[in-house]
Amino acid sequence: MNRFPVWKYALIGLVVLAALFYTLPNFFGESPAVQVASIKSTVKMDTALLGRVQDLLKKENVPVTGAIFDPTSIRVRLPDTDTQLKAKDLIDRALNPDPGDRSYSVALNLLPASPTWLGAIRALPMYLGLDLRGGVHFLLQVDMQAAVTKKLENMAADMRTSLREKSVRHTGIAREGATLRVRFREAEMRDRARLHLGIALPDLQIVERDDGRDLLLVGSIRPEVQKRLMEQALQQNIGTLHKRVNELGVAEPVIQQQGADRIVVQLPGVQDTARAKEILGRTATLEVRLVDEEARASGSTVNVDMFAERQRDGRIVPVPVKKQVIVTGDQFVGASATFDQDNRPAVAVELDQAGGRSMRIATRENLRRLMAIILFERGKGEAISVATIQGEFGSRFQITGAFTTVETNNLALLIRAGALAAPMEIIEERTVGPSLGKDNIDKGFNATLWGFIAIVVFMSAYYALFGVVSSLALGINLLLLVALLSLLQATLTLPGIAAIALTLGMAIDANVLINERIREELRGGATPQAAIAAGYERAWGTILDSNVTTLIAGLALLIFGQGPVRGFAVVHCLGIMTSMFSAVTVSRAVVNLIYGHRRKVLGLSIGNTAWK
Amino acid sequence: MEFFKIRRTIPFMRHALIFNVISLVTFLFAVFFLATKGLNFSVEFTGGTLIEVGYQRPAEVDAVRQALEKAGYKGEVQTFGSAREVLIRMHLEKNQSTADLSQKVLQILKTENQTAELRRVEFVGPQVGRELAEYGALALLVTAVGIVLYLWLRFEWRFGLSAIIANLHDVVIILGFFALFQWEFSLPVLAAVLAVLGYSVNESVVVFDRVRENFRKMRRATTPEVIDAAITGVISRTIITHGCTQMMVTTMLMFGGPALHYFALALTIGILFGIYSSVLVASPLLMWLGATREQFIKPLKKGGDPRDEHHGAVV
Repeated sequence: MNRFPVWKYALIGLVVLAALFYTLPNFFGESPAVQVASIKSTVKMDTALLGRVQDLLKKENVPVTGAIFDPTSIRVRLPDTDTQLKAKDLIDRALNPDPGDRSYSVALNLLPASPTWLGAIRALPMYLGLDLRGGVHFLLQVDMQAAVTKKLENMAADMRTSLREKSVRHTGIAREGATLRVRFREAEMRDRARLHLGIALPDLQIVERDDGRDLLLVGSIRPEVQKRLMEQALQQNIGTLHKRVNELGVAEPVIQQQGADRIVVQLPGVQDTARAKEILGRTATLEVRLVDEEARASGSTVNVDMFAERQRDGRIVPVPVKKQVIVTGDQFVGASATFDQDNRPAVAVELDQAGGRSMRIATRENLRRLMAIILFERGKGEAISVATIQGEFGSRFQITGAFTTVETNNLALLIRAGALAAPMEIIEERTVGPSLGKDNIDKGFNATLWGFIAIVVFMSAYYALFGVVSSLALGINLLLLVALLSLLQATLTLPGIAAIALTLGMAIDANVLINERIREELRGGATPQAAIAAGYERAWGTILDSNVTTLIAGLALLIFGQGPVRGFAVVHCLGIMTSMFSAVTVSRAVVNLIYGHRRKVLGLSIGNTAWK
Repeated sequence: MEFFKIRRTIPFMRHALIFNVISLVTFLFAVFFLATKGLNFSVEFTGGTLIEVGYQRPAEVDAVRQALEKAGYKGEVQTFGSAREVLIRMHLEKNQSTADLSQKVLQILKTENQTAELRRVEFVGPQVGRELAEYGALALLVTAVGIVLYLWLRFEWRFGLSAIIANLHDVVIILGFFALFQWEFSLPVLAAVLAVLGYSVNESVVVFDRVRENFRKMRRATTPEVIDAAITGVISRTIITHGCTQMMVTTMLMFGGPALHYFALALTIGILFGIYSSVLVASPLLMWLGATREQFIKPLKKGGDPRDEHHGAVV
């Protein structure tokens, strides 16, 4: 009755063997590497580039211990961190001859040092969380209200143009909260306006209102449009963050949407958090608008935005600018520092197609008028350039102004790094220094190791051979858990390591239940073989029930947990599953191998069961 | 080796009232401390900034505190783990809740002592803190409801109810300890509390399983006798299992460092009270709620009894 069919032993053997393979990479540690990736969509990675990098390092006598090519990146393995730094500088200089216009990101990285055949079966070491490997985690909240407001301002400008073209008289257009209000004196004008605006601005939901004094049209953005707007804003911000992170040269950045209006950024291994924060948090953006020349002449501040303008002679004067935006920062696709025909520092910029089109229309219609380029930084705008439109131009032009070369370099960098569709704010930050990460690993490892040893010693002493079997099952549980974590590449955090330890401490429960039950059966006079069978079978129902309740708690944590606690929940849930397999099936297989194939068993080595 | 040689059934249920009174008193104390002192929530829940700084030599906490005060920052400064590490806790305040606070603080500390090295920063904005607290409460609720439902399905509603009462009172007692000693209540502690909830329910489940089995086997026995026999039968397993888990938790307390300290502490309290309440509180509750044999022995239906403990379970 205590024999498994051969296939069952074979299956268990196979599972354990596979677990062994997938656990192996964790023992080899990591070796320093340099990672090269393209940051321009036009620059593709190919094997020629790999050859170029290898030749370069050979020429400079930098020893290379391996190179990996995949469609997104090239990774060169190096013997130590000194060579790693040297190689990084060399590659960076060779691939990016113009530091102002980089095509590749060159980053320091760590690669698993396990043999290549392990990599071939996709056996990788566990993926360590930021609290173990060091790095920065940011949670950014996107200010959607600002994105909507911006859209409304643009719509107000379109409204003005549209009504003027159709010569509909109105007494003013203004934004109030999330609505646009147009005032009229005559009902006829309002009817006509309603007709025209319905066609010109289909995204707007327009209703008639009467406030006793004026006739009103109140427009609000349709909910479905608002939803699309927010999604676009979020996607654009994520895209911009990608560009900025590339500038930082981080090997494995994570930039993901979380919920409707949040973005998670994780930068493993970043040491200089101040710089990371500065670059990520930059909210600077450019806008091209027309100067309101009537207001400039009359000094009126109605319906215009006032910005400070720094002139070439150093004077700072306020300049009234129309609210309508011709080109926004996200339409710039390129920028570099240059000099104008008078050899003064300037920035040459390039717009995308849509931007180029609106620029061409605006310059054609406003020849000889003044155009302002406004730089928004930390919510404050500054007119960095106010110039007369000399001729019609499109997607390529120069921005001139009172610049120094340092300023033009910075400005070019800023424009290239992309604009945010909506401002963001850091609402959560976790930074872990590399030394703390290593400490955390050591501490978690030691706690688990000593706890494991204590349990093994106790179980073996208390339950004799059955205790040894239980310990073996517990060891296999650990092996399976680590293999599963490596295979799934689930993020291992410090609470995750704690969960490994705790799960092992709890998993032994199943074996204690079984062993106690076997002892009880023996005391009740059962034969050894019958006691084993009854012990395992009777204990199973209890083990299942108790594991399900633990699993419920684990799942609740997994669903509602955040950050490192999620890591705890993942390991906890996986551990419960593996423990059911190892404690019941694996230990039974071992016991069966020991006792099940003997013809006559006189007694079981499960400690003293005879009470006197 | 054998620790427990129990030949006679121990009459646990005779003292049921005493066990519950002890438990009730502890519970009331815990509620009292929770109400008067409240929990010392970490910045994860309240929002704020936590900065851990390492020095090469033992740090002078007073000097750090003064340097910060002089620069106009309010914060609690204490050593953390070893004397060389300092933890600065700053609550959300007007003008000092910005995300670049940690940079400024580190600059101040670096001018005060060159060897200051940033080890960890945690900044949590107010809305995130509120969400974490809400999610934590929700996780607790879902766990409790889930466990009751499962035990209801597998056993009977009386079992589910008495198990969850006994174990939620453990949770309150753990929280009571954290309130009394003003230990920091952080996310990992919350995880520990939930893990304890799942874990001690285990304990009740093991006893209840035996109760159900004994109801079937001991046809003439009264309910208290059945429960007494069940507890006596599993008591040695209870103590050994908890002992093993506690061994693991103790090594975590010893080697896990400050990051795991309160996590392990919460588990320790949870395990100790878990043994007591899940056995000595849950079982009397079950008795008083009126569990009887008739709820388990039913005429056999086609396809077997769905409440049979081996039903559907295949090894």
